[in-house]
Amino acid sequence: MSAPPEFHLSLALPSPEATAALAARIAPLLGPGQVMLLEGEIGAGKTHFARALIQTLLAAEGRREDVPSPTFTLVQVYETARGEIWHADLYRLTDPSEVIELGLTEAFETAICLVEWPDRLGDLAPREALLLSLRPDATGEGRMATFQATGICWAPVFAALGAAA
Amino acid sequence: MAETLTYLGIESSCDDTAAAVVRLARGRGEVLSSVVQGQTALHADFGGVVPEIAARAHAERLDLVTAEALDLAGIRLADLDGIAVTAGPGLIGGVMSGVMFARGLAAGSGLPLLPVNHLAGHALTPRLTDGLDFPYLMLLVSGGHCQFLIARAPDSFTRLGGTIDDAPGEAFDKVAKLLGLGQPGGPLVEAEAARGDPARFVFPRPLLDRPGCDMSFSGLKTAILRARDSVVAEKGGLTHQDRSDLCAGFQAAVAAVLTEKSRRALEAYVAERPAAPALAVAGGVAANSAIRANLTDLCARLGVRFTAPPLSLCTDNAAMIAWAGIEQHRIGQRPMGEITARPRWPLDDSAPAMLGSGKKGAKA
Repeated sequence: MSAPPEFHLSLALPSPEATAALAARIAPLLGPGQVMLLEGEIGAGKTHFARALIQTLLAAEGRREDVPSPTFTLVQVYETARGEIWHADLYRLTDPSEVIELGLTEAFETAICLVEWPDRLGDLAPREALLLSLRPDATGEGRMATFQATGICWAPVFAALGAAA
Repeated sequence: MAETLTYLGIESSCDDTAAAVVRLARGRGEVLSSVVQGQTALHADFGGVVPEIAARAHAERLDLVTAEALDLAGIRLADLDGIAVTAGPGLIGGVMSGVMFARGLAAGSGLPLLPVNHLAGHALTPRLTDGLDFPYLMLLVSGGHCQFLIARAPDSFTRLGGTIDDAPGEAFDKVAKLLGLGQPGGPLVEAEAARGDPARFVFPRPLLDRPGCDMSFSGLKTAILRARDSVVAEKGGLTHQDRSDLCAGFQAAVAAVLTEKSRRALEAYVAERPAAPALAVAGGVAANSAIRANLTDLCARLGVRFTAPPLSLCTDNAAMIAWAGIEQHRIGQRPMGEITARPRWPLDDSAPAMLGSGKKGAKA
């Protein structure tokens, strides 16, 4: 058996609008069981990216809903025609066992998952996840986005990202 | 109005497990007992306290807090007129634990069980604490919520607007984190701000240029981050005065947004010609004295009564759930079918959720 393909790509996002546009491009390519891990400091734009992605999927069904920050509730779940979307913020977790209590490991199999502060997952991070790291650029206005993933399921996403780069 | 009603309330939709007994007598509500476990986790820190997320943790504590609440009130199950339980919105595990426990208790005791929306609990609290008449304007502003509601009846709320991203309480906590202050961020940022110059750093007032009552606080933390980094780049560090000035500028921005959006919400509400116009502010952020002073002034100018329930009844508690149960009972609501948990449960299904896609206000 050949090793699963690995993907790597960096993109400059000059503005919050560019981050939202990128999220909107990725959104329709995601399906149940695909997990995006969103990495970056406070204010890096993780929630902004997740919100734009979720609102794109809701808008495709003619829905307009608030996508609140999940920092306090830990998880927000959205029901959509293509299955559930789980938006999680693990900042407040202190132990990976709490990830299981939240039901997140099950959701990794069945839902589209967007996970902020994925370092809290420890060994529970799914192997075939897409890791997006967001860092402020030199101006502070824009962001550098780095995508990394393993697994053939991410090929369409990287094809779309490559076309955008 | 001679009706006397006594309800047990049960709340487990977030970090805390709570039970309370509330009585309505001669038209006024009285909290006979209110027990909250896990209060420390409420000041929920981004850096250390374990959040009580586990359904199991709630399940283990529900019977204990309930027994304690009944005990403190000197009430037996047989003395109650009903049980009210938070059925959402919240964390599914916690909500389910509460609902299952309450169902068991109701089945065993033969008492009616009413499902309560957690947000309705917050929104009805000013009637318990201050006896406000409908309709009144409610600003719910806490770590996890920020919205304007016109409360018209125990089961009728109109949402005028709210945050399209972070809640202000969350912004306070995250700014504290960015500036190396401890947690909870609210009081620490406020104390720093009192020593600072709010005019030195002028931060954006998101969405003020747009009509309506929607708000955005997420971009503020990015602005603070950039201001902090430019001071550090210039001087090689941050003095105490720099930090105080950053806090003062931040607090001024939050207060300005909340005050202006409250003015607009009040305008829309007063246009309905309520008999006794009142604004009630509930949630931890109402404890910020600068914000509170601004809102008090605003109400005084507009001839609107200002109230803010005590903090113990603004943060998560079960007295508000028991009270909401009593309010529902009074308007004739009775148990219908099996109660299920609803993790997402907007108070006002009819309101448009937000303006646009949040493209402008919600910064990266």
